[in-house]
Amino acid sequence: MSYLTLSITLIFVLIPLVLSKTLKLGLEKDTIIATLRSIVQLLAVGYVLKFVFDSDSLLYIFMMVGLMVVAATHNAQKKGAAIQGIATKVAVTLISVEVLTQSILLGFNITPATAQYIIPISGMVIGNSMVLSILFLNRFTAEVESHQDQTELILSLGGTPKQAIHRQLITSIKASMIPTIESQKTVGLVQLPGMMSGQIIAGADPIQAVQFQLLIMFLLLTTAAVTSVMLGFLSYPTLFNQRMQLMRNS
Amino acid sequence: MSVKYKPAIHFNHVDFSFDTTPILKGITGSFPEGKITTLVGPSGAGKTTLLKLCNGLFSAQSGEVYIKDRAIESYEPVELRRLVGIALQSAPMITGSVYENLTLPLELQGESLSKDDALELLHDVGLEKELLERKVKDLSGGQRQKVSIARTLVNKPEVLLLDEITSSLDRTSLREIEELIVKINRKYNTTIIWITHNLQQALEIGDYTWVMMDGEVIETGESELLKDPVNDKVKRFVRGEAE
Repeated sequence: MSYLTLSITLIFVLIPLVLSKTLKLGLEKDTIIATLRSIVQLLAVGYVLKFVFDSDSLLYIFMMVGLMVVAATHNAQKKGAAIQGIATKVAVTLISVEVLTQSILLGFNITPATAQYIIPISGMVIGNSMVLSILFLNRFTAEVESHQDQTELILSLGGTPKQAIHRQLITSIKASMIPTIESQKTVGLVQLPGMMSGQIIAGADPIQAVQFQLLIMFLLLTTAAVTSVMLGFLSYPTLFNQRMQLMRNS
Repeated sequence: MSVKYKPAIHFNHVDFSFDTTPILKGITGSFPEGKITTLVGPSGAGKTTLLKLCNGLFSAQSGEVYIKDRAIESYEPVELRRLVGIALQSAPMITGSVYENLTLPLELQGESLSKDDALELLHDVGLEKELLERKVKDLSGGQRQKVSIARTLVNKPEVLLLDEITSSLDRTSLREIEELIVKINRKYNTTIIWITHNLQQALEIGDYTWVMMDGEVIETGESELLKDPVNDKVKRFVRGEAE
């Protein structure tokens, strides 16, 4: 696609702008900012990826993945401010998920060890893990707050912190995993996943595109499970002190 | 309080704050073993906080708390909470049946309560055996409180802390709970510490009473003191002018 053709696609931006102006939705400024940001950010990433792919240096791959982890951690940790040391816990979770998934992919020779595969797949894994972390932390902090009497009840009967928080932990893990599982149930029926559509548009064989999409979906299932379970078990002990008391700021 | 009895719990200059707000200030005194002591005082006096210090749900920032002559810190938290049981005001329940709630304290230790023992407990707290499999959401306020007390008794605590357990009950349920607590005290020689807003209840049921205001213990003694307190603030409180 040439830049001239790409610029014609701005018609798709013009339509919401006209609608917003006509119906006084007040979204013109946000639409323009979003459009400019997506152009700048994606073009920048495109050029960076081109540079990294061309150089094929392991160092650059590490730097790209590292940058993803830092940005994702920064974004996700805001939702768990009440949990002590949450940034470290989120970072450890994201790195573990990335190491686990890449070890399986590269170890079993499922994908080649090149920047062209490692970086996009890492982006999907880390991005998904970040969303899962946000979903988990949102639900977990709400569960802890709304079931404080249950937690106190178990502690008062001689239960351990793990027993006292078990129900809230399991509910939050399940709640954060459900969207991933549900979206996989309807995939292909309601919509074609973005990556698969992109490959097909770019001229790839649809069957091969489907195979890659399945690989990504299975990968995201592991990402969802490992992220919420790991973050959950790293987070709950910080809600209690050594005397097995629920901390007041929790 | 003049100590005529061995103390079950003793406080020595205990202070407690939430963040920078002082809740308990210089609490000193004892709860006698095997007796019923009531804690009375206006809302926000620090009574619930004092109870939660006794079974280690909170810890004092300064001063000492002794449980049966041992510093509270020398107990493992789990051991302490089984020794000093608490029935909370809202009688929180886990979702499920009465039996599931009664077996909970043992489940937490990897054991379970036999159905026969559960039925005996129900009998002890004056509940029909048919209630054993009933869902707790279908219980009345009085039945819920009785299940909560029965559940606390599963751990066989030597000290039982009661946090306004009759405040939302009708007259009949209130009387039944009062009789139950006296029975537990007499039968098992359990030390009872009971927060109540009902001064008549404190007079009738309690052997001793502590009057607390603004985080301090204002007056202590045999429950009769509520009929003729010495302290002016307590006088106003018992006349209903302090709340």
